[in-house]
Amino acid sequence: MSCESCISDWILLKKAFPILGVLTAILLAYAFYQALWVAPTEQTMGSVQRIFYYHVPSAIIGFMLFFINFGASIFYLIKRNPAADMVALVTAEVGVVFLTVNLVTGPIWARPVWGIWWTWDMRLTSTLVLWLIYVSYLFLRRFSSSGETPLLAAALAVLGALCVPFVYFSIWFFRTQHPQPVMGGGGSIDPRMLHVLLINWLAFSCFAFLVCWARYRLEQLQREVDAAYAMESLRDPRRST
Amino acid sequence: MSAPTGITRVTLLKDLRLEWRSKDAINSMLFFSLLVVIVFSFSFDPSAEESRQIAGGLVWVAFLFAAVVALNQTWAREIRNQVLDAYRVSPAPANSLFIAKVLGNFIFVSVLEALMTPLFIMFYRLRALGPAWQLALVAVLGTWALVVNGTFFAAMSLRTRSREIMLPLLLFPISIPALLAMVQATTAILGGEGARFWIMLLATYDLVFTTVCLLLFETVLNAE
Amino acid sequence: MTETAPVITVTNLIKQFGRFAALRGITAEFAGGKLYAILGDNGAGKTTLLRTLAGLSQPSSGQITILAAAKFHDICQHIGYMAHPSLLYDEMSGIENLEYFARLYGIAHGTRCAEVIRSVGLDPKLSRPVGQYSQGMRQRMSLARALLTNPKILLLDEPFSNVDAHSATEMVRLLARIRDEGKTIFVVTHQASLLENAADEFVWMEFGKIVKRTRALNAESKV
Repeated sequence: MSCESCISDWILLKKAFPILGVLTAILLAYAFYQALWVAPTEQTMGSVQRIFYYHVPSAIIGFMLFFINFGASIFYLIKRNPAADMVALVTAEVGVVFLTVNLVTGPIWARPVWGIWWTWDMRLTSTLVLWLIYVSYLFLRRFSSSGETPLLAAALAVLGALCVPFVYFSIWFFRTQHPQPVMGGGGSIDPRMLHVLLINWLAFSCFAFLVCWARYRLEQLQREVDAAYAMESLRDPRRST
Repeated sequence: MSAPTGITRVTLLKDLRLEWRSKDAINSMLFFSLLVVIVFSFSFDPSAEESRQIAGGLVWVAFLFAAVVALNQTWAREIRNQVLDAYRVSPAPANSLFIAKVLGNFIFVSVLEALMTPLFIMFYRLRALGPAWQLALVAVLGTWALVVNGTFFAAMSLRTRSREIMLPLLLFPISIPALLAMVQATTAILGGEGARFWIMLLATYDLVFTTVCLLLFETVLNAE
Repeated sequence: MTETAPVITVTNLIKQFGRFAALRGITAEFAGGKLYAILGDNGAGKTTLLRTLAGLSQPSSGQITILAAAKFHDICQHIGYMAHPSLLYDEMSGIENLEYFARLYGIAHGTRCAEVIRSVGLDPKLSRPVGQYSQGMRQRMSLARALLTNPKILLLDEPFSNVDAHSATEMVRLLARIRDEGKTIFVVTHQASLLENAADEFVWMEFGKIVKRTRALNAESKV
């Protein structure tokens, strides 16, 4: 690593990260305030509906992250770029967390409002299947004993991502045959609620970006440590690793 | 160099011959399938009407379990004595091996299904009220979906610790849309309706995943 | 004897498994028509080197040139590989195994399989499955598989392990004959004494590097 890149890295990390961190914290606080106080109370569901401002953005961000994972995996398969592999790993991990939030807030919302814990509606079901696919992806990364784990993981990610349209179509048709209660309601949304939703989405997107960045940096450092050990082993094999 | 189809054929014949010779494996698989059907029949008590509604699901879950055990088995043979290395150092293309394995698994799982189906029909007093020929189509497309992904992930699992649990871990999530299609199609046909949408979905799924697995298999095979 | 061009050239070959470096930068040239004995303690990198030469393992960095080709696919017909596991199907007989592998290589097997089985001192008509062979027979059948394409280069990893003394000496005699036909042979072994008279060169490996190459097995060697 050259001296200039070290310095610019340090500047980026030491200066930009804390600033963004503070900004994100402020944004999150503002979004929290908006969601819990400012947003109008929904007429039929009451205050419970406010969980909507967490349930929906977490799904959107989760799907966004998996889309990035798909892109990074394809890029890795073609170019074998290690940074792409790290992006894939990071987005999968953070994406799973966000989708977990979505899957947990779903039943919490549904139970008091509709009286059921779960429904096989399109959004919840496709979220669940995507979550399963990416948890299996993380298992593969953990359990792989190959030297080419990034390749295997990238292959799995591509197959998993290709599965998503099929999930949508199959559940869509299933629902036309077996109507299920729709959670979250379809149809129009009060513009004030939409405004709060967008603020929360923005706040959580910034948060997701920060977490991904931190995780990426952690992974990068871990790999540098491993590379340093590998260099040591290359120079003097008698040192125990 | 032999044409790739020649290599596929020879590999498939070799696998079938090996399967036939190690009859222990076949017998234990057949017995396992029988046990699965019987356990299901005890667990899900079939009365005439309800059975038609859940039979689609039961049958395919039973097939899925049998398939997983079969799939784990076929690559195990290549790992013993590291014979896979002998294939890899030869000029034979990786995809020929993949197709041969998929076809072998397809035949093997179909045999298991052929054994389990009459038993299910018997225990659950099933009758197809809808177009029965579509059932055959669903069986073929559905089995192919399970087997093509299963063979691919079984090969991937060779490179992991806990090889045998990794296969279902990787296979089940991605198979969910295909499973839904198989189950819904079977239930619909047994109940007297057609299943054209589900069949189309299965066919598309099979096409897409077979293509992508073929594109990625060589990478996975050589990922040591 | 004229100086032949090197059949294998290795430049700064490095192979790492995570933090562990199995091969730490090997640079060497190997001339054709010789029998090389590769010796060293466990963990020296002998097997890794052989697997990398056979194309089974991708190097982390460095270059390998075999028979002046950069891609393995072009010359895999000319390489025969044998390892300690037999690389054979236990449930098939020797001739059935070889006929299958012959098809993979595109060889019209005809008499070739029987011929090569006879050359290692086994009976091609033996219908017993390989799984029931003695270790010596299994190693010899495995060698037969490696010899199937009449390869220019043989890579043998521990061919004599657990083999009885008689079979081992027979194998060494066979290898010497093959070498005399102009083939290049690499043998990784812990039993250096077996190759004392047959090998042209002894290549000593330690901690992932080649430390010395000698023409004779010295009395003070530790192997």
